[in-house]
Amino acid sequence: MPYTLTVNGKRETVDVPADMPLLWVLRDVLDLKGPKFGCGIAQCGACTVHLGGVATRSCVLPIANVAGKSVTTIEGLSADGSHPLQKAWAEIDVPQCGYCQAGQIMSAAALLKATPRPTDLDIDRAMAGNICRCATYNRIRAAIHQAAGEPPVRSTRSDE
Amino acid sequence: MATLLVDRRAFLKVSLLAGGGLMLAYDFEDAAVQADGVFAPNPFIKISPENGIVIVSKNPECGQGIKTSLQQVIAEELGVDWKDVKIEQADSEEAKYGPQYAGGSTGTPTNWDNLRRVGAAGRILLVKAAADTWGVPEAECEAVNATVRHKPTGRTLRYVELVTKASTLTPPELPTVPLKDAKDYKVIGQAISGVDNPKIVTGKPLFGIDVKVPGMLHAVFEKSPVFAAKVASANLDQIKALPGVKHAFVVEGGTKLDGLLPGVAIVADTWWNAQSARKKLVVKWEDHPTAQQSSAGYAQRAAELVSQPPTKTLRNDGDFDAAVAGGAKVVEAAYSYPFLAHAPLEPQNCTAHYKDGKVEFWAPTQLPQPGRKLVAATLQIPEDAITIHMTRIGGGFGRRLRNDFMAEAAAISKQAGGVPVKLVWTREDDMRHDFYRPAGFHFLKAAVDGSGKIVAWKNRFVTFGEGETFASGASLNDTEFPARFIPNVRLETNIMPFGVPTGPLRAPGSNGLAFVFQSFLDEIAHAAGKDPVQLRLELLGEPRIVTNADGKIPYDAGRMRGVVELVAEKAGWGRKVPKGTGLGIAFHYSHQGYFAEVAEVSVDGAGKVKVNKFWVAGDVGRPIINPSGAINQIQGSVIDGVSEALHQEITIEGGHTKQGNFHDYPLIRMPDSFPVEVHFKDTNLPPTGLGEPGLPPAIPALTNAIFAATGKRVRTLPLTKTDLRPA
Repeated sequence: MPYTLTVNGKRETVDVPADMPLLWVLRDVLDLKGPKFGCGIAQCGACTVHLGGVATRSCVLPIANVAGKSVTTIEGLSADGSHPLQKAWAEIDVPQCGYCQAGQIMSAAALLKATPRPTDLDIDRAMAGNICRCATYNRIRAAIHQAAGEPPVRSTRSDE
Repeated sequence: MATLLVDRRAFLKVSLLAGGGLMLAYDFEDAAVQADGVFAPNPFIKISPENGIVIVSKNPECGQGIKTSLQQVIAEELGVDWKDVKIEQADSEEAKYGPQYAGGSTGTPTNWDNLRRVGAAGRILLVKAAADTWGVPEAECEAVNATVRHKPTGRTLRYVELVTKASTLTPPELPTVPLKDAKDYKVIGQAISGVDNPKIVTGKPLFGIDVKVPGMLHAVFEKSPVFAAKVASANLDQIKALPGVKHAFVVEGGTKLDGLLPGVAIVADTWWNAQSARKKLVVKWEDHPTAQQSSAGYAQRAAELVSQPPTKTLRNDGDFDAAVAGGAKVVEAAYSYPFLAHAPLEPQNCTAHYKDGKVEFWAPTQLPQPGRKLVAATLQIPEDAITIHMTRIGGGFGRRLRNDFMAEAAAISKQAGGVPVKLVWTREDDMRHDFYRPAGFHFLKAAVDGSGKIVAWKNRFVTFGEGETFASGASLNDTEFPARFIPNVRLETNIMPFGVPTGPLRAPGSNGLAFVFQSFLDEIAHAAGKDPVQLRLELLGEPRIVTNADGKIPYDAGRMRGVVELVAEKAGWGRKVPKGTGLGIAFHYSHQGYFAEVAEVSVDGAGKVKVNKFWVAGDVGRPIINPSGAINQIQGSVIDGVSEALHQEITIEGGHTKQGNFHDYPLIRMPDSFPVEVHFKDTNLPPTGLGEPGLPPAIPALTNAIFAATGKRVRTLPLTKTDLRPA
């Protein structure tokens, strides 16, 4: 049956089964490939989007529960990749394979909205639901601090 | 490998592209090419007024950063600014590009020389084109930032203005092309952000799972939990009637574990409809001979085998028994590690379109050419009927060295009547149909003399395989350190047959062996009353290159000493730490890289381990092509290794995999992550790869630190199997 929701500021009506998770509506119906499928049980966070501004795992959220609500995906975080987190992510060169990073950035964006100057403990708590299989956690943490306007964390390296 | 192209007397072929562009490609002398069955010309560099400077990336990108670093190499020698370069991903066409794969940390060492020459030859042609235009000697011209400048007059011509002229020139021979001096590098050695990062951070489609082609349907594929069992029956008629389902059928499949296995395919208008239908699928599987196998059974069998003669003796130096009898101290221990899954975050997937005996693929594969061979054999079509577009890969770790998903997608597309099909596995499919890192069981014995020197070393390695052949991912070489560094060494193995698919996991072999050998060395150090760093340096001995009698399989004791000493210094080895905290050291050589690592961990009263920090010293020659990517690889490798040690275990029960998702196969998360300080030695040798060699020492550095903190020796993985509460 048809469901209407707002995605990245645009009203969309989709005719899909009631139990179809938001993730698959976004990916296969609305062709927004930013949110990723990783586990299907809200364990990895690759599918993270904002629902009414709150970081939400879209892989377990039936479309019926989203009707009338407002969803933001990584594609809608900024018009041109200019969100401070997106800029920090690229500058610090966070990604390895890159598959989890849209979800990481969406979780981090929700964190910064609620806590503009997060501590390391805030970051631990807010980011614990997002797995990075390549384990780029050092740089994810550094990028969040940088986007929060804190002095850049020096990369741990030497030039031996 | 490093001189492959040069040895073949490769030349650059210059041609003018339609539209006025210049294309530089390898052109191999036909006779040499035919002899090896490889290769013809193909573009690496394309320069045109319309598109500027385009460099083609030949290898699959799975997070190792090759799509950035190898193009830095070409850009450097071509004489162009990084910001002016566009990177294009190549299709799988080995006849044109040479070997294209992501495995074994070989991308850097096998391409370093060749691709510098490709770039330099391009620069030389463009300089000559400018010199000819001006009627001046080439020596008076220089190439900077995609522009040729005549030094005496200051005249300039941009590369894009020279393409027509350059296309008419005879290219230089690659082996004689002069290369830049490292001190002049402007692009190589720069920390450059990954070329796909702008797309990654904005969620643009890049990965295999993001592929969309016209008319595409979505597929799921159910296989037997017991590997390779055949379909006895399935409720296909019921499935076909479900919403959105277009096709449901049995795929015959074979018995080879890395090929097309039997199963039931459901093809629907959306993946969700296919997956929803799958929940109503009832399959009866035929009985299978491996259905009684279990991890517990393997462990029991290994314990029995150790008291029986070995299947094979890999090495027998000196007189082990006599050395033990004459030793001052004897140490003995049994170690083991479990099966592991790769668990890349992007589940296996593949898009295939079978049409009129041909297949077009959009595939996230680390090894496209063997994928082509597998599909050709499976569908009985010629290899040249297969086109493979390589997508970005959401994590490889060795899983995508196998191409089962390609065979499945192609077979399903064909059986569905030739529609394009995107096959996407669930996480559970991925975890239960992996090619696991094989479990291993090691029984060790060593002796030291009165001065604390190790005089005898024996390892009985019990693992899996057929006859005398190790299962994939389960190797032990007869030269594995500390062989050749101890006079009396015996390496033996027992090989058990089994029915579980296995394969290489990041740093294959080494990811288990380093844990065992470097932990046992630590045990010996403590038994001998020696500092663990001191014992290691004494074992390595004087700086020298140790080889086999034929000069092969070199191990550079000096390079390893160098990283051990450096990491000990950086970590402040020997400093005082609080009670419950400890430092551990380990080193390992693999994939041409020498790595030593120190872990600092704290263990609380409940036995919970907290990693405070890691220090890493690596020697992979020089230069480090992209320091940003290099540090990222090492930090990731170390945290990945710790993740394996902390939590990870695949258990076989009833012939199938028990774990299915991240709740029962946990990966390390942000709160358990820790800083990793990385140092590279600047050894004057050609650069080698970084995807793998940083991982193996992380695990024993961790477990040795746990011993230092608690006095508890971890001899089996994961850590959850050992009670780490202080005594």
